[in-house]
Amino acid sequence: MKPITPLLKVDNLSIELPAGFDRKYAVENLSYTLEAGEILCVVGESGSGKSMTANAIMGLLPSYLKPSAGRILLKGRDLLAMSEAELARERGRTVSMIFQEPLSALNPLMTVGEQIAEVMLVHGEGDARSRDERVLELLDYVGLPDPASLRHSYPFRLSGGQRQRVMIAMALALEPAMLVADEPTTALDVTTQAQILDLIRRIQRAKGMGVLFITHDFGVVADIADKVVVMEKGLIVEQGTADDVLNRPRHPYTRRLIAAVPHPDESATRAEAAGEPLLEVRNLQKTYRSGGGLFTRPRIVKAVDDVSFTLRRGETLGVVGESGSGKSTLGRCILKLTDVDGGEIRYRGKDLVPLSQAAFRPMRRHLQMVFQDPFASLNPRHTIGRILTDGPVANGVPMDEAQKKARDLLALVGLDPSAYDRYPHEFSGGQRQRVGIARALALDPELLVADESVSALDVSVQAQVLDLMQDLQKKLDIAVIFITHDLRVAAEVCDKIAVMYRGAIVEAGPPAEVFNAPRHAYTQKLIAAIPGRHWNPRAAVA
Amino acid sequence: MSFLRRYAQNIGALIGLAILVVVVLVAFAAPLLYPVSPWQGVGEPLLGPFEDPAYPLGTDLLGRDIAAGIAYGARVSLLIGIISTAVAVVIGVALGALAGFYGGRVDDMLMRFTEFFQTIPAFAMAVVLVAIFSPNITSITLAIAVVSWPPVARLVRGEFLSLRSREFVQAAVVVGQTGPRIMATQILPNAISPIIVTASLMVATAILTESSLSFLGLGDRNMMSWGFMIGAARTMLREAWWLSVFPGVAILVTVLAINLIGEGLNDAMNPHLRGRKG
Repeated sequence: MKPITPLLKVDNLSIELPAGFDRKYAVENLSYTLEAGEILCVVGESGSGKSMTANAIMGLLPSYLKPSAGRILLKGRDLLAMSEAELARERGRTVSMIFQEPLSALNPLMTVGEQIAEVMLVHGEGDARSRDERVLELLDYVGLPDPASLRHSYPFRLSGGQRQRVMIAMALALEPAMLVADEPTTALDVTTQAQILDLIRRIQRAKGMGVLFITHDFGVVADIADKVVVMEKGLIVEQGTADDVLNRPRHPYTRRLIAAVPHPDESATRAEAAGEPLLEVRNLQKTYRSGGGLFTRPRIVKAVDDVSFTLRRGETLGVVGESGSGKSTLGRCILKLTDVDGGEIRYRGKDLVPLSQAAFRPMRRHLQMVFQDPFASLNPRHTIGRILTDGPVANGVPMDEAQKKARDLLALVGLDPSAYDRYPHEFSGGQRQRVGIARALALDPELLVADESVSALDVSVQAQVLDLMQDLQKKLDIAVIFITHDLRVAAEVCDKIAVMYRGAIVEAGPPAEVFNAPRHAYTQKLIAAIPGRHWNPRAAVA
Repeated sequence: MSFLRRYAQNIGALIGLAILVVVVLVAFAAPLLYPVSPWQGVGEPLLGPFEDPAYPLGTDLLGRDIAAGIAYGARVSLLIGIISTAVAVVIGVALGALAGFYGGRVDDMLMRFTEFFQTIPAFAMAVVLVAIFSPNITSITLAIAVVSWPPVARLVRGEFLSLRSREFVQAAVVVGQTGPRIMATQILPNAISPIIVTASLMVATAILTESSLSFLGLGDRNMMSWGFMIGAARTMLREAWWLSVFPGVAILVTVLAINLIGEGLNDAMNPHLRGRKG
């Protein structure tokens, strides 16, 4: 038996970083192999260098990064030794790539059909007629409806999932032996993600392709991986079969990551919160009208449609839904960041809806918010101290008292006291989110709206921030409305879950009930789409 | 500070800054260098440049020293350029901030008002305003300010419009800060770089407008200005070229210097453009 050359062999690859970075190598001594007909998942947190190998394979490294050692052998030929012209021939033909954000990866000025045909055109494949036929065939193959008319659409007309299907069709145009997928489902809703993962797996099996799949999500890994490479700070800390890595992780970093994967704890029962309702929302309505332009009819979207719920002190309500379900609008309505079209929002019995902004302002301190994006939610020109004292000062607290409180809060959320005089850009995402939480707590609120507050964070940081929030909530007896797209997170931290779909709450109840016996068809679909549902990370690290 | 280092990397901007420093020094030193009023004839009329070492740039029809005129003219140009720009920026920022922050009807009204000013040719309006209020340095400054604020208002409105929906501004609303406070402490500091860049370029435009007004005889009668010198010399363009060329070069060099500075500020303040020279 002669030795078979693997489809892809990355051999001792190191990519040096220019001076001034926090480490010397973007990736160091990277070695792994990918066989045909295999899905290899590269997992890691942001900054682990997991995308770097994909870019090196495709020759897409930024000009200041040069591989300093090692080889990337594709079917036995070293990609790093190839000229740009040779590489261009291989790209698309032997190996192609799909990206995270299909909207920015597609040309907005070309129809999707033209873009798929272009891949074949630049490689001199077929004539105009045969390319046309191939486009139809590909669009059909990736499961897009009505290929004959869809190929004349521009990317902006398609949904996120459809765009990603178009990207996949482009990648498949020349039947490559290998596909590189860099976080292809991260920007998608969970139900769409499940479909795209299905599609990738189906195509990979049918064509016997090798797939290099880069992701941060262990749930996705559990769903599709044959082999797994775990990366930390540019180094491979562990690799092996999916079963080994997921269920018997050896390296402490892998164990830590897997322990941080949110997983509903089904055995836990929570004490029913009792007492006076803090917030009562009754028949809330909010409609968005976007004015008709030259080419569009005016659109009317019911963002919040007849939503009612009650929240008591110390209780956490999870509002779960996909993008466009109205969950963020609901949070904004409660904080009066946007106008309401009808219904009541009763805070301690007082209806907030008819209040003017000026009349509501003194009450704002009781209702606070933790925002989604830790990079956009802190003013880049203010120090952390200023950010934390602004609120109390605006509410009439004397400056020295506000400062003292701000320093106490920094300790409470686990930040160094020196953070007080520093600017937001000096902190990591997780640290900034702690500042965001401290800012909300600076006013001693009774209700906290957390809008996707952990979704921009890495999974281990996410777990820490969730722990912190739960901890503080218990300590301070705050009611929390936890808005998220991630059912796993919601089930882990919430007392009650409300599932939103097209502006309405379609199902509500305790997490165990929603999870184990979903009644509404949409909830069932949502739960079925959760990546890695059959894998129990708790058992793996127990 | 890294901003200074970034600015210093731009050679054009450094040259611009050097020229401007010279112009400012000349403007301040004018009474010391030329104690006699620039309006007063001091030598023989129509001396060419370098004919008399006492008057290196020559003299005009009435024997007035051209070099003295240019030194005093620098004061007028800089004064009007800076003050009119400051006034225009204050008006523009105030209207633009209100329009961008409050949006809706306030925005509609303020922007229609701004467009009203934009549809009238700026220079024609400046001429009319100066003519109505009799030409003096105050009316010229105000006229230039009145015709140059609309672009600032539009710029600031755009910045406020996009910053208003940013999460840190929403956070300021949620903690209970009032509208004016949010505008002044949260949004304005983040919109300041494009305003500074625009303002620096407006100083150059204001100097040009002032020169044009003086050229047409609408300058301040008591103050020597570059535009006035060119205007007065236009009948003798062929006989005595130095009468118009030196003030013309002064305008050119000053405006160029300020534009270079504006470009340099833009490059140093806009991180997106950094390193665009590869």
